[in-house]
Amino acid sequence: MNALKKLFGGNTRQFGMIFALVALIVFFEIFTEGRTLTSGNVINLFNGNSYILILAIGMVLVIIAGHIDLSVGSVAAFVGVCVSLFIRDWGVPWYIGVLLGLGLGVLIGAWQGFWVAYVGIPAFIVTLSGMLIFRGANQFVGKSNTIPVPGDFQYIGSGYLPEFGPSTGYNNPTMLIGLLAVAFVIFSEIRSRRKANALGAEVPEAWVMVLKLVLICGAILYATYLFATGRPGTSFPVPGLILAVLILVYGFISSKTVIGRHIYAVGGNRHAAELSGVQSKKVNFLVMMNMSLLAGLAGMIFVGRSTASGPFDGVGWELDAIAAVFIGGAAVTGGVGTVIGSIIGGLVMAVLNNGLQLLGVGADLTQIIKGLVLLIAVAFDVYNKTQGKKSIIGLMMKNFSRSNEIKADETTSTKEVISTGA
Amino acid sequence: MTSLNTHSDPIILEMRSITKEFPGVKALSEVSLRVKAGEIHAICGENGAGKSTLMKVLSGVYPFGTYTGDIVYQSQVQEFKDIRASEAAGIVIIHQELALIPELSIMENIFLGNEPTKRGVINWAEARLRSTELLARVGLREDPDTPIKEIGVGKQQLVEIAKALNKSVKLLILDEPTAALNESDSQHLLDLMLGLKGRGITSIIISHKLNEIEQIADEITIIRDGKAIETLNVKADGVDEDRIIKGMVGRTLESRFPDHEPKIGDVLFEVKDWNVGHPQIQDRLVCKNSSFFVRRGEIVGFAGLMGAGRTELARSVFGRSYGRYLSGHVYKDGKELQLKSVRQAIDAGLGYVTEDRKSLGLNLLDDIKATTVSANLRKISKHYVVDADKEFSVAEEYRKSLRTKAPSVEEGVAKLSGGNQQKVVLAKWMFTDPDVLILDEPTRGIDVGAKYEIYGIIQKLANEGKAVIVISSELPELLGLSDRIYTIFEGAITGVLNKGEASQESLMKLMTSTRKTASPSGTIQELAELPGNKD
Repeated sequence: MNALKKLFGGNTRQFGMIFALVALIVFFEIFTEGRTLTSGNVINLFNGNSYILILAIGMVLVIIAGHIDLSVGSVAAFVGVCVSLFIRDWGVPWYIGVLLGLGLGVLIGAWQGFWVAYVGIPAFIVTLSGMLIFRGANQFVGKSNTIPVPGDFQYIGSGYLPEFGPSTGYNNPTMLIGLLAVAFVIFSEIRSRRKANALGAEVPEAWVMVLKLVLICGAILYATYLFATGRPGTSFPVPGLILAVLILVYGFISSKTVIGRHIYAVGGNRHAAELSGVQSKKVNFLVMMNMSLLAGLAGMIFVGRSTASGPFDGVGWELDAIAAVFIGGAAVTGGVGTVIGSIIGGLVMAVLNNGLQLLGVGADLTQIIKGLVLLIAVAFDVYNKTQGKKSIIGLMMKNFSRSNEIKADETTSTKEVISTGA
Repeated sequence: MTSLNTHSDPIILEMRSITKEFPGVKALSEVSLRVKAGEIHAICGENGAGKSTLMKVLSGVYPFGTYTGDIVYQSQVQEFKDIRASEAAGIVIIHQELALIPELSIMENIFLGNEPTKRGVINWAEARLRSTELLARVGLREDPDTPIKEIGVGKQQLVEIAKALNKSVKLLILDEPTAALNESDSQHLLDLMLGLKGRGITSIIISHKLNEIEQIADEITIIRDGKAIETLNVKADGVDEDRIIKGMVGRTLESRFPDHEPKIGDVLFEVKDWNVGHPQIQDRLVCKNSSFFVRRGEIVGFAGLMGAGRTELARSVFGRSYGRYLSGHVYKDGKELQLKSVRQAIDAGLGYVTEDRKSLGLNLLDDIKATTVSANLRKISKHYVVDADKEFSVAEEYRKSLRTKAPSVEEGVAKLSGGNQQKVVLAKWMFTDPDVLILDEPTRGIDVGAKYEIYGIIQKLANEGKAVIVISSELPELLGLSDRIYTIFEGAITGVLNKGEASQESLMKLMTSTRKTASPSGTIQELAELPGNKD
């Protein structure tokens, strides 16, 4: 169990969320009589939520650094409408439009980052203002009209991977991606285990690793199968692919790079970070700028999916993204959170949304349920922290895990060492 | 309660064998205190001796049941369960950090939590009348509607006293009331205390300013290491400053330091004419014309009471991380350095181990390895990507060489004991390989065994040819560790003593005297006009 926990960031709430996600999927699969885990539905789920998940990636970095961004929905809508106009009125090709859109996102982010980092205005205020400014700008620039985008631009929001290779009855590129993912997971796990062994760090028992790999690879392969066996012409969706790349890139940045360390340091203890030479203003600036860049991307994907930009695009997205991040284990006070956790948090919300829809539950009840899930997820964590106990899921898992008993022994002996030595 | 008894009994307060323990620390052990009605009773002792803890026990901050011993107040054994209970009995404590709300007016602050009401509605007319009267009693000429944030600290202190008078105080406790005040405000406050004494109000004052105590106190109780050492009667015993100091520092020096043969070289680090303004208060200086130097292989101590400006000096030198830089120069190896940011300071070979580990030195969410490398990530990264293996092996190396007690370097620093946390912080700075290392209270909150180890590490660093600066409130520590000791009082360096000539008495004298204090207020104004005073 500890090994599994480690893989997903070692955060109890996050770990619980994986179980919650699996439980939700199973629950809906049973109660929708198999309509949840169909190719069409899963593809739909990814297509319809990828932009929220992309926002969650940016948002978790903002929240780790101790800020918040309320403007993402408006920024997404503004970038979306601008890009639509660039393509329609200036006649730029779609890829130039995308580049311009990303550039615009960076500019907006620099604007917000400037106020947050260098003037020292709380991000809540700056982005609340941004929420109004860019919503208004979206409606001003687009004259509150719907602006259609051409078919090739729609590819980034609703496209599928091309078919090639032998006719296998499956979508070949999807299968290829799935197999590569499995290979990558196995390779990196074995590599990190070897390294840990070489350095003399503690490694979990072999069977734990094998079980973990079987579970993860099984899940990947099953998902691959679902995506590859949809109706002809469909595959793993393009927005899903963009999302996957972003998860890898930002997961890497946040956990393995200097700037990633600095983000956690600033959020965890700004004063300590500054006294260690971290330029906290620069970090805050970059984090806010990056958020608007991703918001711009999300806006464009949404426009591509809905074939047109409109005046009410992106309304309420900020709240979905923030909810995903907090369900995924981030702390309001900053310093805590992971990219992958936020994605899981976002998926929990997405599956909940989707499953309730399939069950025919109305939008009214769906919102109530989603609100309660957010509250309970965080309350659960807060309660556990104040009580100094493990999560219920952690307690349930105790019986399944041999390594837990060993762990208990280790901690007591450590305490003895400290107290006798002290 | 028998009120007749109260009048005839000259003892208003007796604390009998008070013992207060915190996890792992005995803050007070069998402390007894007798305060006569109508006197000014001073409590003296070094930082951490237990003075504030004793007052917190008395005022109910530490409620009945969390300590042992009896509090007898007005001939009754009291069991205060919170501050409200002690205030109801007429005991009011005024803390060093004032408990006023800056946005509210003087009047609103005086009556906060004690508002005169008529059928649940605040009677502001009465409040105004009473606050004018109270302000007159404390000698404060201000409109009761003035917001607290617009009056100076000295006047705020008077508002606190007015607030206490409003609660019909019988025993007033002042914790370092003049620490943040200038001379004339201090004098006014002391006069006011004598005036209150004339009205029959008993006061207990905690202060480091021994001249003030000598001036106003009737009796002095000295506390040292959580024990009440003695109670002196100022007039009868002919007490002067030297007598108080002797009581405060009277412990014997144990051999608590590893043997060390200093190998001192040339001057490595020098600071000249250093002036720094307070970050918020415009015309207040936290460093006044400070100049000092440190040689290779030398351990230099900085002695000063809390709030004297030691940390402010260190942090302002360390990349201007505190206050408003006004003027001054920093030299290393004779070359002037421009240290405008912490990054520049670290790159120039400076390191600063913070005073407050938990709020300034550590990210408590991090583990040992992330903390160890956090000030020098560049050294273990390639193309901005952190090499996790190097991180692990570096952290492991320091864990072994400093003998940090932890199951692995992946242990969260929040779970470590104070001594081990400090070792991790030391490792973090050693990994930046500084030439000049400033250690601010390196052994605060650390037990004796770990202290010894940390002294050893500090001496080893000096032997490697580094210039080491140690700031400490513990004089024995400075005397045992340093080759030379500077003293600071109110932001100015008041003296420097070599190892042989320094003693606790001589240091304490320099730490509490205004001798050689800096410039008249005119220069302060001028300095504040200089560019670069925006934080």
